[in-house]
Amino acid sequence: MPFWWWLQNRAYFNFIVRELTCVFVGVFAVLTLLQIRALADGPDAYTEFVSRLRTPGFILFNTVGLAALLLHGVTWFKAVPTTMIIRFGETRVPNQVIAGLHYVGWIAVSAVIAWILVLR
Amino acid sequence: MEGSNMPENITLTVSRYRPEEESEPTFQTYDVPYNKDWVILDALNYIKDRLDGSLTFRWSCRMGVCGSCGMMVNGTPKLTCAVPLSDYVSSGQIRIEPLQFFPVVRDLVIDMSSFLGKLSSVKPWIIRDDEKPPSEGEYLQTPAELDVYKQFSMCINCMLCYSACPVVGLEPEFTGPAVIALAQRYNLDSRDQGAAERMAVLNEHEGMWGCTFVGECTKVCPKNVDPAGAIQLYKMASATDWFKSMLLPWGSK
Repeated sequence: MPFWWWLQNRAYFNFIVRELTCVFVGVFAVLTLLQIRALADGPDAYTEFVSRLRTPGFILFNTVGLAALLLHGVTWFKAVPTTMIIRFGETRVPNQVIAGLHYVGWIAVSAVIAWILVLR
Repeated sequence: MEGSNMPENITLTVSRYRPEEESEPTFQTYDVPYNKDWVILDALNYIKDRLDGSLTFRWSCRMGVCGSCGMMVNGTPKLTCAVPLSDYVSSGQIRIEPLQFFPVVRDLVIDMSSFLGKLSSVKPWIIRDDEKPPSEGEYLQTPAELDVYKQFSMCINCMLCYSACPVVGLEPEFTGPAVIALAQRYNLDSRDQGAAERMAVLNEHEGMWGCTFVGECTKVCPKNVDPAGAIQLYKMASATDWFKSMLLPWGSK
């Protein structure tokens, strides 16, 4: 297999994009941990951390990262119904219902976080 | 009769490999009459019968049951008996190659021995702890119990899913989609008691954990078996077992 096998067709390319966007999930998790550490280090450290996040470089990174995260989330939820077969008696819960409930959960959790961060 | 935009002939570019003559596969083109009722396999048989008797390929039933006539059509694994020529008439190009990720024996014929070895390794038959004598009758099953595994039992071993899977290309030892789906077919069968035996083979890196969920196996399957789904369900079952055995004092049972 050549190194560029994933450019052979669109399906392979989409797969690699789905997998690589997970790197941003990891990076966001590390950033959050660093933010918590800065918080534990006191007000000065936290202020410095937050002001660094406001630099153009970080804003650009966060924008790209958010787009990658959304893509990862959507492709992930698209894959989820394949991995979950839920039956009620003899009828199988349709894929759209399983995917739909995941989206509802996603929106609900996002709404709670938005409420905590912004609206509270 | 069909209007002037229908071509009289259509060109097939076919991969040839004659090991006694050449060390690498080459391409040969054939012009065949365009017939809107033909499938790709009909065109290949026309070549074999009228143009070049040396062209070698497998086929048998012509109706999507035997699973012999799988080939790459314009780079996608297809059962050639199930693909109308008319699907390709607008693109004007039909390239036929042997199923990728398999060694080629000759022309369009692949060596499937690796697949057959993997297939027998998962014991695709009903395993019982206590075989009862035939005189005591069949093992009974309700329609609901049949329904649980029926989809996975539709596999015809055509190996299109192996040709669609990049993991098979990258790691030839990977057990692969159809075999794992067939293992799952027996695991989910209410008459079977062999799940633990099969898990020993499949709970390896080369087994289900080799799968990275590209999902192309399910897309190319001509019988809607959904091997990708079978593998992910298998992973879920294995992970659940592992957590139970680690977290619960009485283990996974």
